[in-house]
Amino acid sequence: MKKYWAFFRLRFSMGLQYRVAAAAGIVTQFFWGGMNILVYRAFYETDAEAFPMSFQATSTYIWLQQAFLALFAAWMVENEIFENIMNGNVAYEMCRPVSIYNMWFSRSMANRLARALLRCFPVLLFAAFLPAPFGIGKPASMGHLGLFLVAMFLGFGVTVAFFMMIYGLTFFTISPNGLRILISSVVEFLAGAIIPLPFFPDKIRTVLELLPFASMQNVPLRVYSGSMSGEEMIKGILLQAVWLVVLVIIGKVLLAFAEKKIVVQGG
Amino acid sequence: MITMEHVCKSYKVAKRNAGFGEACKALFHREYEEIRALNDVSFTIQDGEMVGYIGPNGAGKSSTIKILSGILTPDSGKCLVDGRVPWKNRIQHVGQIGVVFGQRTQLWWDVPVIDSFELLKDIYSISESTYRTNLDELTGLLNLGELLRTPARQLSLGQRMRCEIAASLLHSPRILFLDEPTIGLDAVSKLAVREFIKKQNEVHGTTVILTTHDMQDIEALTKRIILIGKGQILMDGTLEDIKQGNANIDETIAQLYRTYDI
Amino acid sequence: MKCSNLRLYIHYVSVIVRSTMQYKTSMLLMIMGQLLVSFSAFFGIYFMFQRFDSVKGYTYSEVLLCFAIVLLQFSLAEMFGRGFDLFDGIVRRGEFDRILVRPRNEILQVLGSRFEITRVGRMIQALMIFVYGILTSQVEWTFARILAVVFMLLGGCALFSGLFMIYATLCFFTLEGLEFMNVLTDGGREYGKYPIDVYGKRMLQFATVIIPYTLVQYYPLQYLLGRTESVFYIFLPLVAILFLIPCWLFWRFGVRRYKSSGS
Repeated sequence: MKKYWAFFRLRFSMGLQYRVAAAAGIVTQFFWGGMNILVYRAFYETDAEAFPMSFQATSTYIWLQQAFLALFAAWMVENEIFENIMNGNVAYEMCRPVSIYNMWFSRSMANRLARALLRCFPVLLFAAFLPAPFGIGKPASMGHLGLFLVAMFLGFGVTVAFFMMIYGLTFFTISPNGLRILISSVVEFLAGAIIPLPFFPDKIRTVLELLPFASMQNVPLRVYSGSMSGEEMIKGILLQAVWLVVLVIIGKVLLAFAEKKIVVQGG
Repeated sequence: MITMEHVCKSYKVAKRNAGFGEACKALFHREYEEIRALNDVSFTIQDGEMVGYIGPNGAGKSSTIKILSGILTPDSGKCLVDGRVPWKNRIQHVGQIGVVFGQRTQLWWDVPVIDSFELLKDIYSISESTYRTNLDELTGLLNLGELLRTPARQLSLGQRMRCEIAASLLHSPRILFLDEPTIGLDAVSKLAVREFIKKQNEVHGTTVILTTHDMQDIEALTKRIILIGKGQILMDGTLEDIKQGNANIDETIAQLYRTYDI
Repeated sequence: MKCSNLRLYIHYVSVIVRSTMQYKTSMLLMIMGQLLVSFSAFFGIYFMFQRFDSVKGYTYSEVLLCFAIVLLQFSLAEMFGRGFDLFDGIVRRGEFDRILVRPRNEILQVLGSRFEITRVGRMIQALMIFVYGILTSQVEWTFARILAVVFMLLGGCALFSGLFMIYATLCFFTLEGLEFMNVLTDGGREYGKYPIDVYGKRMLQFATVIIPYTLVQYYPLQYLLGRTESVFYIFLPLVAILFLIPCWLFWRFGVRRYKSSGS
């Protein structure tokens, strides 16, 4: 465990170095969030009846999404891992006396967490001072706030575990770049990063909510504002935990296969 | 003819201190450090000369080459290359020179070398007949034959360097800048490259300016050496001048570096 | 543009396309990927209109037309102007020095250094949505309206190219923190899928005065959708081409600065 903590710390402090990039990222996210809210305002003003959640909850969803973008964004994959797999350098990493899975897992977590920490506070602060329906709302209750933190942690884990599985698949594909682009756009969409899941047609949504993608950002961002609560919320969080376990197992199995393949074929 | 008179060039480099507090301060106020890359540099190189331009890393070699090839504008001083001010009329100037950066390729990576040459023909607007003559000659002398049909990425370093040199001579430049042309080459390729450069200079009278860390290059190719350190010309003379009986050129140079404390 | 410059550009492109062809499977998969990627944006609109009939008076098919045109504008600019889009790498690897020692215009060489054939994927998708938008819309296609679309494509391509050029010029000054430029480029594409007045009056003003998005999107669209009869609106996208002038001046300034700092 100590080794992985070391990997984590190393990556984390590396991630903190890019301050200028973080500042630029924050500006970008203010803008992105603002534009998004303006779109929903237009729809809301056109037909408030058809709105599946309150406007305030939608704004809150969007600002939380921007603040914690780095935890869930599907395009923030570890390019270094992809490159190592493609150019065969991964063989060196396998020489180290550690589990590749755990090492990459802690590395991805550290990178995402460092970025999220740098970016979340300015965004949250800014959003807190915006006038009522456009800014970030208060949590529905203290209980919701607590469960939001739990759900966010689980969602973060599910995201990282999902991409661990993709790294595993990379060993077996001919075009990792094609795979990466495709997967990230599909994940973004199904996770509710383009439009929140409540805006999906109801039939599609019931199916989607069972998939691992809904266990990423959808649950925490909605638990906070109370757009998800009661039994639905508890089910959602439990499902997150289930997916986390399942994805970790699949990922580990895949990587074990990949390691065998490398040992046999020499990369 | 190349002349440089009292050329100075300094860069401003933002100071960076470690620590979070320092980094925050740097957001509002930055301290700059001035680095004098070239400090009153003067020399003259006649047509058809072959000159070795040496000095440790960061001495100002590449700044000089950049100024001569029109990439960099000096702060003060005069510089004329065949009567042209390099940075004034870039396009006209660079059509008459050839540059080989040893560490970087100018060939298109994934297509056969000959395709890169054809493209360079268009870039430099080389006439069909000149192109034919030069290509035939270069192919013969550098023994390119088969290599021309191979994609650049599949060439060995030595093979690639031969192609790079050919690429920068297709437009028959009057002046050739070679930046570490033999770096990383095996013995056979090194000898071939040196032999070729020598011949090019003898037959076509091409002025060659060569920067290198490989003293054997200097020994084999140039009569004249310019030594630069800390932005200043420390020595400008023949190989014999600086050798002074010392048999080994590497030792001579090391001695020089120590004497001038560079 | 001189004829020899155009010939050289075509020569550049043919070399790059041949290079890409060396990796056929990868190329095809990338095209496929590009084709599918922006479908998520399409479905985003599709699902919203399953729920809502219109937004600020624009119907589904009208939004689709707008979206498709902006997507085409962007992918055209991205295909040809990729050299500017990836300029940070060109500066970092010292490729710009090589460009400067060649006796050709710098912009021509930068444009010729990259050509993204895989963006054909995005264009195919844009075309599909465009056709779908036309089929479901009630737009009566007259010569003037077709002209408006052509001008929109030209003007939009110029506008996005100008933004890529600004991004590239900033690379001469710093290589850090240029992410905010995405707001103007990717943001222009992403948020250009809805007609700009959807975002409110102030955004409409911003997108007219600061960066003239409205000239290639909102105003000519009004004519296209039959909300105005004024022929004047057809020609507004051509005005957006003038945006290239300040971009070009800024670029020249950047090159001069690069030549004096050499970094």
